[in-house]
Amino acid sequence: MDIVNTILQGVLVGGLYALFAAGLSLIFGVMRLVNIAHGDLIVLAAYIAMEVIKLTGLPPLVALALVVPLMAGFGYALQRGILNRTLGGDLLPPLLVTFGLSVILQNGLLAVFTADSRKLDAGALEIASVTVGGLSIGLLPALMFGTAVAVIAGLQYLFYNTALGRAFRATSDDAEIAELMGLDRRKVYAMAMALCLGVVAIAGVFLAIRSNFDPFMGPGRLIFGFEAVIIGGLGNLWGTLAGGVILGVAQGIGAAIDPGWQILAGHVAFLLILAVKPRGLFPRMDG
Amino acid sequence: MSDGLIVEDIESFYGDFKALHGVSLSLEPGRVLALIGANGAGKSTLLKSICGLVSPRAGRVTWRGRTITGMKGNQTVAMGIALVPEGRRLFKSLSVEENLILGGKVGRPGPWTLRALYDLFPILQEKRNQPATSLSGGQQQMVAIGRALMSNPDLVLFDELSLGLAPIVIKDIYAQLPRITGQGMSAILVEQDVTRALGAAGQFLCLAEGRVSLAGRPGEHSRDAISAAYFGT
Repeated sequence: MDIVNTILQGVLVGGLYALFAAGLSLIFGVMRLVNIAHGDLIVLAAYIAMEVIKLTGLPPLVALALVVPLMAGFGYALQRGILNRTLGGDLLPPLLVTFGLSVILQNGLLAVFTADSRKLDAGALEIASVTVGGLSIGLLPALMFGTAVAVIAGLQYLFYNTALGRAFRATSDDAEIAELMGLDRRKVYAMAMALCLGVVAIAGVFLAIRSNFDPFMGPGRLIFGFEAVIIGGLGNLWGTLAGGVILGVAQGIGAAIDPGWQILAGHVAFLLILAVKPRGLFPRMDG
Repeated sequence: MSDGLIVEDIESFYGDFKALHGVSLSLEPGRVLALIGANGAGKSTLLKSICGLVSPRAGRVTWRGRTITGMKGNQTVAMGIALVPEGRRLFKSLSVEENLILGGKVGRPGPWTLRALYDLFPILQEKRNQPATSLSGGQQQMVAIGRALMSNPDLVLFDELSLGLAPIVIKDIYAQLPRITGQGMSAILVEQDVTRALGAAGQFLCLAEGRVSLAGRPGEHSRDAISAAYFGT
């Protein structure tokens, strides 16, 4: 029963990793931008949630109603104001600029909030659980996983069934010709970044309820996100969920053997999959 | 003041390479212009300078009395200029129908709707849910033409319509051209096949090394004069 439990917990944590990864996948898919600051933006969202909660007294998950639009607006402005200027052919400028943004975010958060670790308090939800067939399932991890599934289903729907999704795909295929369809790529990219940071806001709040956070934990989240995206295969959102789950299960099994092996086991699983299937398990992108 | 297209002495660059050295042309509404010239003569650059994918560094482009030099592609399409690009460049992750719908995104009123396009190219209706790039070359060219028409343009720029297509398919597509341009639309036709281009157009312009080497009506000039202008000799 122990092993079943370990795997189940790993699957549920995988939902959080998929939330870290979904935005990365989206941005890379639409504009071939590798956002090094993605993890720091998740941490920023956690701090913004903390401040919102301080001001309003709302429970963390309700505070999302404010944090999501705030982050989405920030994403739109960030893309229009800075990142759009780095795009156009070469992969290096956006990498450097988002790396710089990562450093600025970490040190900015340090200056404002100090290095103390914080946590968001979700009250009874954190310890509530249901028992199914002898397995104890925490409500919070289950909610996290359910949210990840809903977010990915929502993104999938948006991508393949709406005018905005069509604009994303067309701009990703051929930005120049998409412009001749009347699409302004700067706005399309800004909408994609807004959507990405909306998802980041959800990821940040769940992260902050689940564990302590401090200004420097962004890069670690970025790595988990990258690994989930690459395991699942670039450009495939459901694959990203699968990637998150595989990472979560590998970490869970590693931790069950020896707590020190938790993170390492995830990286090893990632490397093994990359060695066997360099394009990930479910590659979608052609060419 | 004219309702048509006037290009005055434009100079355009491709990176550091000067592709157009002062090219001028004028096109009345409802007319078809054949733009001919050897590879690298600047034909595509001229089309891109008109629709806004390339910004001329000198000269002026006027469309229906308004200066459009330096406008972006998303602005020119709203003013009724559409491009059928060289090599088709369909959106590969969109279905045939999605490609067409996106073409109509600017929402200009006019005769071209999905319905009208499916009447023109019935095969596209049959394949409407397939990925656009899974079609044959000729069918993809129909999608590219349809995508441009969906914006209900007043001027269509056709870049290398017949490139890479079988002769029978080229014939089919050219057979449909009068039906397309017959709606009072102007067109510029870039084509390697000079005879075909001259046959479909009322006037022509020949480019050689970024300059106009000859212009006029197809009947006005001898074949020898046209081929001399084509090769820039």
